[in-house]
Amino acid sequence: MSAAQWRKAMNFTATSRNWSGGRPAPSPASPSRAAAASPTANGRHLREYIGVRHIAVLAAVLIYPWIVPPFFAYQIGGQALTLGLIALSLTFLAGYGGMLSLAQMTVAGIAGYVVAILGVSGTPEISLGWPWWLVVVLAIAAGTFAATLIGWLSVRTEGIYTIMITLAIGMAFFYLAQQNYAIFNGFQGFQKVVPPVVLGIDWRDPVPYYYLALFWALAGYFFVKYLIRAPFGIALQGVRDNARRMSALGFSPVAHRVAAYAVAGLIASVGGVLLVWYNGLITPNSAGTSWMINILIVAVLGGMRHPVGPFIGAVVFVLLQNFAIDLIDRERFNLVIGLVFLVIVLFSPDGLLGWWSGLRDWAMRRMTGPRPAARGNDWRSVGVQQARPVGRS
Amino acid sequence: MTPMRRWFWVWLFGLPIAALAVWGIVDNERLFFTTALNGLTLAALYFLVASGFTLVFGLLRNVNLAHGSLYLIGAYVGWVVGDSVDSWFLGVAAGFLFAALMGLVLQVSVFRYMHGQDLRQTMATIALSIIAADIALWIWGGQIHTFDPPRWITGSTTLPIIGKFSTYRLILLATAVAIGFGLWWFLARTRVGMMIRAGVDDRAMLAASGINVQMVFAITFAIGAGLAGFAGVVGGTALSISPGEDTRYLLASLVVVIVGGMGSVTGAALGAVLVGVAEQFGLAYAPTYGIVFTFVIMAVVLAFRPQGILGRRA
Amino acid sequence: MTRRRTTMFGALAGAAVAAVLPAGAHAQETIKIGLLATLEGPFAAGGQDGMRGAELAVKARGGMVAGKKIEIIKASSDAKPDVAVNATRKLVEQDKVHIMVGPLSGSEGIAVKDYSKSQPNITFINGSSGAQATTLVNPSTNFFRFNTEGAQWMVGLGDYALNTKNYKKMALIAEDYAFPYSQVQGFMAGYCKLGGRVTHKAWVPLGGKDYSSVIAKLPTDVDALLVVLGGSDAVNFLSQYEQSGGDKPMVGGSITVDQTVLNFKGKRRESLLGTPAAGPIADSIDTPEWKKFVADYKANFKDGFPSPSLFAYVYHINMKAALDGLEAVNGDLSGNQEKYRAALKALKLQTPTGEVTLDENRQAIGSTFITEVAKGADGVFYNKVVKTIARVDQRLNLSKEEFDKMGLGSRDVPNCP
Repeated sequence: MSAAQWRKAMNFTATSRNWSGGRPAPSPASPSRAAAASPTANGRHLREYIGVRHIAVLAAVLIYPWIVPPFFAYQIGGQALTLGLIALSLTFLAGYGGMLSLAQMTVAGIAGYVVAILGVSGTPEISLGWPWWLVVVLAIAAGTFAATLIGWLSVRTEGIYTIMITLAIGMAFFYLAQQNYAIFNGFQGFQKVVPPVVLGIDWRDPVPYYYLALFWALAGYFFVKYLIRAPFGIALQGVRDNARRMSALGFSPVAHRVAAYAVAGLIASVGGVLLVWYNGLITPNSAGTSWMINILIVAVLGGMRHPVGPFIGAVVFVLLQNFAIDLIDRERFNLVIGLVFLVIVLFSPDGLLGWWSGLRDWAMRRMTGPRPAARGNDWRSVGVQQARPVGRS
Repeated sequence: MTPMRRWFWVWLFGLPIAALAVWGIVDNERLFFTTALNGLTLAALYFLVASGFTLVFGLLRNVNLAHGSLYLIGAYVGWVVGDSVDSWFLGVAAGFLFAALMGLVLQVSVFRYMHGQDLRQTMATIALSIIAADIALWIWGGQIHTFDPPRWITGSTTLPIIGKFSTYRLILLATAVAIGFGLWWFLARTRVGMMIRAGVDDRAMLAASGINVQMVFAITFAIGAGLAGFAGVVGGTALSISPGEDTRYLLASLVVVIVGGMGSVTGAALGAVLVGVAEQFGLAYAPTYGIVFTFVIMAVVLAFRPQGILGRRA
Repeated sequence: MTRRRTTMFGALAGAAVAAVLPAGAHAQETIKIGLLATLEGPFAAGGQDGMRGAELAVKARGGMVAGKKIEIIKASSDAKPDVAVNATRKLVEQDKVHIMVGPLSGSEGIAVKDYSKSQPNITFINGSSGAQATTLVNPSTNFFRFNTEGAQWMVGLGDYALNTKNYKKMALIAEDYAFPYSQVQGFMAGYCKLGGRVTHKAWVPLGGKDYSSVIAKLPTDVDALLVVLGGSDAVNFLSQYEQSGGDKPMVGGSITVDQTVLNFKGKRRESLLGTPAAGPIADSIDTPEWKKFVADYKANFKDGFPSPSLFAYVYHINMKAALDGLEAVNGDLSGNQEKYRAALKALKLQTPTGEVTLDENRQAIGSTFITEVAKGADGVFYNKVVKTIARVDQRLNLSKEEFDKMGLGSRDVPNCP
């Protein structure tokens, strides 16, 4: 059956998952939004769907490296896009699949290590020096394969247990990489893992790297946006909301979940290749506990209800990381990031996006007069699966 | 699980382990038994840390990822108190009390308002652990702190086959057994313990029977946190405290509780023995990859028996 | 509504960007030096002391060199290479420093050296990173290291242990990563060559504090233990060793026999006397230059350690080299700093512990001190200097062929069971 028919059968309105998220069906006063939110193949709706804000943001990110110094293009822009891509995989998996996996950074790390081991690095005793296009393809394949394995192991867990098993897998990989010198070069890791010179452009330079990262970030973003409205994505969200009902309808929750892990792994692997090229090196700590938690913070910070959330979170995170030393003691960066994270979790669980949409609602309410507030800030509306036992509170 | 299937698993795991044990004894008797006893004493420490963790999860369904931070902060406070009044025992008490107080404060001011939202609580505990770790680093810096227990505690005892063994670790083992017994008695024979057990089984009914559920929650969290602080001082005396210990003991508690079963104190004991012994044997016989092994065990248990060995499917 | 949101966001972003863009052209009279140390995480205390040592060097010149003002811009890392490179990139590209001094730890040093190749117009001088590979493998023409590294710090100790202390067979306990590998190589290169044997190597996983299994496996027929652990880990090890009845004497690495170990309160405290170790400094060096350095440190930093740490000393001499080089070219950093780098290469640096020159990879050739634990007049234990090995180079005073054949230190290199 088509996506629209399925949605009707499930009594599930696509409008509750739009940009302002989590609200009941819009009032008749805004038919354009309702029309815009339900995608069809009709081009007219497509034009209404792309708003001015989309064009403006796209233009801004395209001309960004030309108006800021190279440091900003590379260290702020490039890094934010790369981290955002990896966090996007987490947002997809957690926000739309209901599985909070801490192992996305591990998948990115695996892809990065494959690039270092099979490609050119500063450790010629281990690196094989294969051509870059082959290495990148193999790295993404390896990362996706690893993600599928992780998914297969984690698929029967829910909520908290998923966090724990992915944390355990991440730690196991970290210690393996740290202790093994034959393949992973242990504590030292690999240095001098740089992007190749293709078409006469050195992709390590700030502006080319920025556009490379931007291209893949946009690709990931539009891919996820498309996927969540495609039958697979809708089915995945159904599995997130009520696996039993989906199973009764003939969908296989396990298959959908593992496939979701694989898709998230694909996105994270691309991010991992970009990350190892950005840093120019990879060590066990690149995929260690602190980075696994950092990616979680980036995803939660931005908000898990829309694919742009992780990128917003990544920009804020990178800005804080680079400029905290100018504002407060850099030594206390962790304290600042922890406090920010705590504030977000306590007061705005949907992250900055949720705070922003709450602000807009408040402003709109002020402008249009008193009306029962429809706040979607409840943690439950984000749709992250609760580890709640059946029949018990 | 049918008896036949259970025996199958016992033979599948038991036979290779028994064979390896026989080989180990024949190869180097002293090393084998020393490692076994080391494993048991390490398990004692892990049990102390993990029992609080599993208690909190069992009743409050709160995976407290700040448990390691409570361990660390309790250890530092115990160190400060022990150092200033020159009494190690007072330091232990101080560690326990401070951590219990912190736990109480957290439950009453933060977690109470997130009742039922497990994932949100977990995220909050992650944030709190980051903050606590940085504050500890700020106040006490990066250097390692060692405790100064009375002379009769440190020192060696002579045991058969093993020879000289650290007295302190034996005392640690005895303490853990005593606390384990105390916890069992508390849960099985006192009124509050009965309320806690009832709450683990069915929280709604507990509230419905007129008991102040929030008070029970607060007491439980305080005890769980206090156990972490106590373990912090006691473990820090054996292995010293430094930044990073919080993550280490948190991960250890996670592994122990996963393997043993969430919410079950007996499970925590069993899990602690398994993990402690596995870690020490890994360190002794395969030092390079021993640590990876611990996490592989956890991942495998989670994948195939997520409720743990003694846990109940929640 | 949406348009307003976009413009508001754009305005905020623009304001933020404008606020942090570097302010105009800097005055020609100021030379900016970036200073990177580990101010976060467990090495924070060392990083802080390193910054003190560097600041002392600047203060000794009154903050001016050749009529130009020196401006220090600080950055911090947390001992992770990617963070170090990010911080360095910010200093070099955003804050526009002319000279970089840092980083602190070994793996950070290798990463910063790789970065330095992409910035050929800036001069990079080491902080305290002591990995061998930084200058032995793919060295960078604008990365200078005026401090000796981990392997050089142990040269001469092997000879001393074998011939003076008569330890013919030893067992090794060290942590399983690059710095101990280099320290062990420095020791064993001499020890094995002269006929000593290291029959057992116990590589403890990083961060592990439980040495009980390691101790249980130690062989009983060795003469001494080579313990290359940090001071506090060494205290842990000693307590656990004592509790399991061990009684062998110890030979320490460069960071092993520090204040925490010297204050060890265990039963076997007396057995610590006579423990040899080696390193680039010692508390009790007798020269007037060293005494002046210690006195200056104590006078300027009331909140510092009782005596300057290894990090303070190493950052100090690297910063001093940067400033001495500036004086030699009269503050002239023009021509892509070519003259400055040539001056640095030819510099004969006068440090509190003697003269330091650079080899062909821009790595320092300096002195190593062999020490032994002795009891002072007031009963306090201290490290007494028993021997000074001058002019230790990065090939550990072996010939080029011998050293290249051995390769860099690792778990199995060198080996003489």
